[in-house]
Amino acid sequence: MKALTNRSKVAVNKELSFMERLYFPAIIKGMAITLSHLFKKKATLKYPEVQKEFAPVYRGKHVLKRDEKGAENCTACGLCAVACPAEAITMTAAERKKGEEGKYREEKYAAVYEINMLRCIFCGLCEEACPKEAIFLTDEIVKTSYDRQDFVYGKDKLVEDMNNRIDITKRQKKY
Amino acid sequence: MELIFKASLVVAIFVVTLLVALYSTFAERKISAVLQDRIGPNRAGPFGLLQPLADGVKMFMKEEIIPTTSSKWLFIFAPCLAMLTAGMSSAVMPWGGNLIIDGETYSLQVADINIGILYILGITSVGIYGIMIGGWASDNKYSLLGAIRASSQMISYELAMGLSVIAVVMMTGDLSINEIVKGQPGAHWNVFYQPLGFIIFLICAFAETNRAPFDLPECETELIGGYHTEYSSMKLGFFLFAEYINMFVSCALIAAVYFGGYNMPFINDFGWSPNTVTIVGTACFFLKIAFGIFFFMWVRWTLPRFRYDQLMRLGWQILIPLSIINVILTGLGIIVFK
Repeated sequence: MKALTNRSKVAVNKELSFMERLYFPAIIKGMAITLSHLFKKKATLKYPEVQKEFAPVYRGKHVLKRDEKGAENCTACGLCAVACPAEAITMTAAERKKGEEGKYREEKYAAVYEINMLRCIFCGLCEEACPKEAIFLTDEIVKTSYDRQDFVYGKDKLVEDMNNRIDITKRQKKY
Repeated sequence: MELIFKASLVVAIFVVTLLVALYSTFAERKISAVLQDRIGPNRAGPFGLLQPLADGVKMFMKEEIIPTTSSKWLFIFAPCLAMLTAGMSSAVMPWGGNLIIDGETYSLQVADINIGILYILGITSVGIYGIMIGGWASDNKYSLLGAIRASSQMISYELAMGLSVIAVVMMTGDLSINEIVKGQPGAHWNVFYQPLGFIIFLICAFAETNRAPFDLPECETELIGGYHTEYSSMKLGFFLFAEYINMFVSCALIAAVYFGGYNMPFINDFGWSPNTVTIVGTACFFLKIAFGIFFFMWVRWTLPRFRYDQLMRLGWQILIPLSIINVILTGLGIIVFK
């Protein structure tokens, strides 16, 4: 079998030589190794102050996008709910009334849109299924809670805030 | 005046011992962290310097549990004994030379008894009782195994330790630690004349303080906590604390016996007043101790634990014959060179 790395050594159960039985060369070698780690760069991040940047493909909490004018993209087609392998998404569709053009981009919209974050497996299939570029996974983290009901995220938590837009260009499909 | 000085010295040494032990716990965590590329405690106070305080408060707030099947009084007595003996052993340590105040000379040593080395060896062997009684009184298999290991380990390593010290005593001709320190002025440290004895003594010091690679009495992977498995709250704290005090005293003893104590090379060439020389010497002594403590921790986070049979073999078959050879060699050396 070909070795995966060049670091593997063949184990032999031979008697230790006198120098090896003295232990001291090995001990000094080991101590030098640990001492060298004294001056190495630390792996720790001081968490609350310093946060590690997520990978561009990170899949966290969902966002329901609005367009540039602030109208919701979602048309409640239900493709995301169909695509969802965990069956975490439910929605109720409604028809757009006159005067609501600024709120919803197309004639149909989701009156209720809920994602159960305890069911969600953050696979990103909803995002892939969406024909309207309405739902995206962001690099935000779902907050913890003691109550299961708190994890059912409605539109109040999912729809994008116009004053605090979320950049999803990294996750947009490349056509 | 003499009495006041002695009393304040006792208090000062006690406080310093406790402080050093307190911050040894902090240093241990920091050093282990740094050697493993971590940062270590840094939240309590600046650089985490208040961490020992937080640990202490935690220890005090923990629930105190005394097992119903244990021998209650022995169970309580054991950590007290461990702590007491640990605190007693620093009494004969010469922390510095003489201070001259108003024309009177004061020694920076609480008790210059002429059998200082014997006293320390004796006290450390009494210290075993703390562990032994604690492990036995807990009525727990793990504790008992830990206690058995601790006592057998300490007894077997004490022999080699005593024999390696005898070589030093032969060179100095005195059992008083102060005389031993005085016998190595400047850079004429015993470690250069007794390298073999020093290595034996060092290894035995690791074993005596129950520290890695000889931490069999409390090895977590095999015996949960060893002799202090059943202990909680501040009684556990006492055991752990006693270990750090023992480490401090061992480092002080190594520094005094093998590294010239408060002696520093060229200290008399600067033309300082005697008091300055004394204070610098004391600082020097503490510097040596600090390095010793660092070395203890460095070793702990480098070497894996010995197996029990390896430990016994090392003690009886290697260290004791070696230390006897060392004594013979020292005797020959004294005959040839003096």
